[in-house]
Amino acid sequence: MTYIGQSVKRVEDKRFTTGKGKYTDDIKLVGMTHAHIVRSPYAHANILSIDIDAALAHPGVVAIFTGKDIAAAGINGVPAGWQVNFKDGTTMKEPPHPLLVADRVKHVGDGIAVIIAEDAATARDAADLIEIDYEVLPCVTNPAEAVKAGAPLVHNDAPNNICFDWELGNPKAEVDAAIAASHHVTRLDLVNQRMAPNAIEPRSAIGHYDDSKDKFTLYTTSQNPHLTRLLMCAFVLGIPEHKVQVIAPDVGGGFGSKIFHYIEEALVIWASKQIGRPIKWTSTRSEAFLTDAHGRDHVTTAEMGFDKEGNVTALRVSTFANLGAYISTFAPAVPTYLHGTLLQGLYTTPKIHVDVTAVFTHTNAVDAYRGAGRPEATYLLERLMDTAALEMGMDPAALRFKNFIPAFDGITQPGYQTQVALQYDSGNYEPVLERALEMVDYENFRKQQAEGRKNGKLLGIGFSTYIEACGIAPSAVVGALGARAGLYESAQVRVQPTGKVSVFTGSHSHGQGHETTFAQVVADRLGIAMEDIDIVHGDSDSVAFGMGTYGSRSLAVGGSAIVKSIDKVLEKGAKIAAHKLEAAEEDLEYAGGRWTVKGTDKSIGFGDVALTAYVPHDYPAGLEPGLDFSSFYDPTNFTYPFGCHIAIVEVDADTGKVTLKRFIAVDDVGNVINPMIVDGQIHGGLAQGIGQAMLEGVAYDSEGQLMTGSFMDYAMPRADDLPSFEIDRKVTPCPHNPLGVKGAGEAGCIGSTPAVVNAVMDALTPFGIIKNLEMPMTSQRVWRAMHQK
Amino acid sequence: MSVKISVSINGKNYTSEVEPRQLLVYHLREALGLTGSHVGCDTSSCGACTVLVDGLAVKSCTTLAAQVDGCKVTTVEGLAKNGSLHPIQEGFKEEHGLQCGFCTPGMIMAAADLLQNNPNPSETEIRHALEGNFCRCTGYHNIVRSIQWAANKLKETNAAVL
Amino acid sequence: MIPANFEYYRAGSVDEALSLLAQPDVYAKILSGGHSLIPALKLRLNQPGALIDIGRIPELRYIRQEGNSIAIGSTSTHKDIANSALLAQHIAMLPEAAGLIGDPQVRNVGTIGGSIAHADPAADWPGVLLAADAEIVLRSQAGSRTLAAQDFFLGFYTTALQEGEIVTEIRVPIPAAGTKSTYQKFMQPASRFAIVGCAAVVQVSDGTCSNVRVAFNGVADACFRDVNVENALIGKAATAENIAAAAAQAAQGVSILSDHYAEGDYRKHLAEVYAKRALTAVAG
Repeated sequence: MTYIGQSVKRVEDKRFTTGKGKYTDDIKLVGMTHAHIVRSPYAHANILSIDIDAALAHPGVVAIFTGKDIAAAGINGVPAGWQVNFKDGTTMKEPPHPLLVADRVKHVGDGIAVIIAEDAATARDAADLIEIDYEVLPCVTNPAEAVKAGAPLVHNDAPNNICFDWELGNPKAEVDAAIAASHHVTRLDLVNQRMAPNAIEPRSAIGHYDDSKDKFTLYTTSQNPHLTRLLMCAFVLGIPEHKVQVIAPDVGGGFGSKIFHYIEEALVIWASKQIGRPIKWTSTRSEAFLTDAHGRDHVTTAEMGFDKEGNVTALRVSTFANLGAYISTFAPAVPTYLHGTLLQGLYTTPKIHVDVTAVFTHTNAVDAYRGAGRPEATYLLERLMDTAALEMGMDPAALRFKNFIPAFDGITQPGYQTQVALQYDSGNYEPVLERALEMVDYENFRKQQAEGRKNGKLLGIGFSTYIEACGIAPSAVVGALGARAGLYESAQVRVQPTGKVSVFTGSHSHGQGHETTFAQVVADRLGIAMEDIDIVHGDSDSVAFGMGTYGSRSLAVGGSAIVKSIDKVLEKGAKIAAHKLEAAEEDLEYAGGRWTVKGTDKSIGFGDVALTAYVPHDYPAGLEPGLDFSSFYDPTNFTYPFGCHIAIVEVDADTGKVTLKRFIAVDDVGNVINPMIVDGQIHGGLAQGIGQAMLEGVAYDSEGQLMTGSFMDYAMPRADDLPSFEIDRKVTPCPHNPLGVKGAGEAGCIGSTPAVVNAVMDALTPFGIIKNLEMPMTSQRVWRAMHQK
Repeated sequence: MSVKISVSINGKNYTSEVEPRQLLVYHLREALGLTGSHVGCDTSSCGACTVLVDGLAVKSCTTLAAQVDGCKVTTVEGLAKNGSLHPIQEGFKEEHGLQCGFCTPGMIMAAADLLQNNPNPSETEIRHALEGNFCRCTGYHNIVRSIQWAANKLKETNAAVL
Repeated sequence: MIPANFEYYRAGSVDEALSLLAQPDVYAKILSGGHSLIPALKLRLNQPGALIDIGRIPELRYIRQEGNSIAIGSTSTHKDIANSALLAQHIAMLPEAAGLIGDPQVRNVGTIGGSIAHADPAADWPGVLLAADAEIVLRSQAGSRTLAAQDFFLGFYTTALQEGEIVTEIRVPIPAAGTKSTYQKFMQPASRFAIVGCAAVVQVSDGTCSNVRVAFNGVADACFRDVNVENALIGKAATAENIAAAAAQAAQGVSILSDHYAEGDYRKHLAEVYAKRALTAVAG
């Protein structure tokens, strides 16, 4: 039986469909208390006094800690996991992010006190009894405003609110010259709005200190429990790592927001030792809007030059990236190494320069959100392409065909060296656009569109041909770029004496279906049944180490680590099999779970070899017993999935309301292990990318208050906002990992957003070339754009 | 002051003392250990807490436990019978209608309400019937397929939803 | 999200509810379906001392014809109304509006009485009841009184409901033959409350419009009848031109709500668009 390439139904689904999933908030420990965090209602204010006496006296309250207690305990703030230097080489400004603020709050939602009580209701009741006096200070929320002279400072030691500035690409003067010499220049001023990730499971953390073992356990909603342990132990609390077990059980979606180490995790761990009882904290959705790291928030000017024939001559990009009030775990990498490096796109642009200024504001932190940097790069590139096509009177598909990088497989032909540091692994870009055009029936659509316009019907088509970079690596390279962690993955394949297999992976599944996909890989490689394989993840005591799941890295990096361990199992197994079969190793072949002496019917099964390894009575001399291997896989390069997305929209001419009529996606994510799961990942990504274009957006008012702090105000796609998706794929294998896979988690979210906005621009061409379409394209904004009101 | 309630939950009778402010979802999760119903928001928007009360889908985060005194409550834990998945649960598995699983119980209960009222829903009707439930993982595409699969299975087997 | 604590009483009859409501020194709120009240309690925007649950009083849940009216018991759910054949036959905008409220779970539980007592300016029932020329029946221990919808909805989250009173019934007159009604709604994309909801009732006889009633939700800080639109169409031929001209009068002279989804000028524009769509549906 071959599992790879089959849409095997998920082994996870029984527990999830029957309500037996075990999420952090489902866990109840003996003697557990509940925490409520008192948060700043102001964006910027001095805390003049805090009176906790009445709250402390409230029946059922166990303890209350404030910023003063945290400072007195010598606890550091949560650290940044990535360092980016200023252009002049000085290190970025890295102000502390305390667990609880004692003096000056810097965004609405900043933690001030934690109330621990016998139950959650009591903790919440006590919060109403805490009195805090504030001196409210002026604030700034927009990154382009924050750098202006006289803007209120978020941190006193970060002048002009600048965390760092950064550039990449060809020398700026060369790019300026190329732009100046261009036949046509398309310029766009873009806002890539702030997004709330909104995994449906709110964050939750349980801290438990067991003084009999002097050991801590943290249950947390994390995409990467080991990384959380490392950051919390080594940088925040100064607890030895071997005394902390971090468990990320079932996790209800992450989309980036559960990568980061949050203050609440360290708080419940530290406080659990202070009170000698377990503590659970579970976020409300309101708190999630205030404190789960947001995504995007770039204010950008982008210019693309073209020659007379429509060939791209140069690209110049300047971006203000909003970091929020504090540097979240991977925040510095997002607008830089995950954004600037993607600006080659699929095109042969000979000169590229990107300039990024990372800015503090009095807002919640911004970090990686599905796609992280790559959607921002793709958005500006693809908006430029469709806009340029309109301005130059060219067909947007033809303009892309003209500028595509020619096909290369990365094996017989070298990878493609971009102007912005990366070397693409393999690519074949024309077929995805060709296939998408075929699916959408392009010529016919243009006829319908023209027909519709006669009756005032505003139909539009938008294109996006994107590339992304997944599984960022190798560690030495990312280290040189400022990562304070490696970006490899670990895997242990433990063959049990009966031939059943337990696989321990440092990747973490929170919807991706690793328990199925990884088992398919293992089953095929070992030639055994999937039922004989168990995938273990999410527990730092079971799994040796792990970097977790984000950046579409699990299969390409984590899966490759598993393959490495399987190779070691088979190598050792062959030695045992050769001994048992009295044959030379090189005369054996392994297939269908058996080693066979070539050309004979002499063979031995995997299970017998496993048993022999653990009962080594008749056994090769000098060979260790056991069949259990760990590996660390550090890729040689990123992987580069790509694809073409096409949106068809209709705009209501009276109201400006946009309806998405069709969405076509042809993606090339390399080899595919489980098509059903890959399609599901694409669907989900599309919904989020389309959501950004049409519905979603975090908005702060001038006081720094969130105007979109609940699902009643922050619009997210519902079932009836979306059509069924029409998807297909092409396969260009990754040349540098053993599975040939590239990654599918973010593709949908990266490609789709500009396709939808471009489609609206196309629909509105009867009103002229409307470049200032802002996301989300609410009906009001589209109506204003139509009428330039 | 607490209130005494008697509720049939998944066919079993429970008598409990609850605080008047206790929301049904917390009563199910904390007092009864039925953690399949989830809390995903504060504003009755996400539907992850959906259960059936006397056969009707309701948001258990917007229902007081005291209000269901004397009612029949069905949660996601009450659908599978004798160890086999309910056709709606099966549909979600067959058509990959879930990823992280957090919204899934609410989706399944909303689907149960729909299929009771409309055994042959169109795609549009299914999408409208899910307007009270958020999923952030699937883009809804496969949830629609899952409910269609369940509708067909129920028809083929001539089975009632509940 | 956990509400502050309160006492809970379930009333078995309207009389019992009224006597519970009359307890001195208790700030009591009536709980019907709870879908306006419980969200507010969770956010602690409202902290009553007691809730009196009328949601299961049998005598309050009905939809029946009484003479020339249809009487709707106040704890009838939005779903009851959406599924009412009687209402669909006589005044279709009620079932139509009910089907546009919230989502299926909300419609299963939320009640018309609860919604109108809450009087959210963006809710759907107030404008519909204005356009229906409905009456609201209120009961207290002193007796019962009946108010025209116009006199019941007083402003932003404000009604004529007095302390000790409960909404018990909504009476909707059955319109004359040849009358059509509709409710058309432009939703806020997150909450799906009305940015603009337009309820329109028109009788067309021999091609001429009479008995025109148009009311809006969501446009101003309370629902309102739009007499300018009505007057522009009364006695006029039911033509596209006349409808457009009448719709152009929409929301004149009212103070229009503004938020980041719909600022004042856009909301006013939508009022015109939705007046036109609603009038076209019933008179076009």
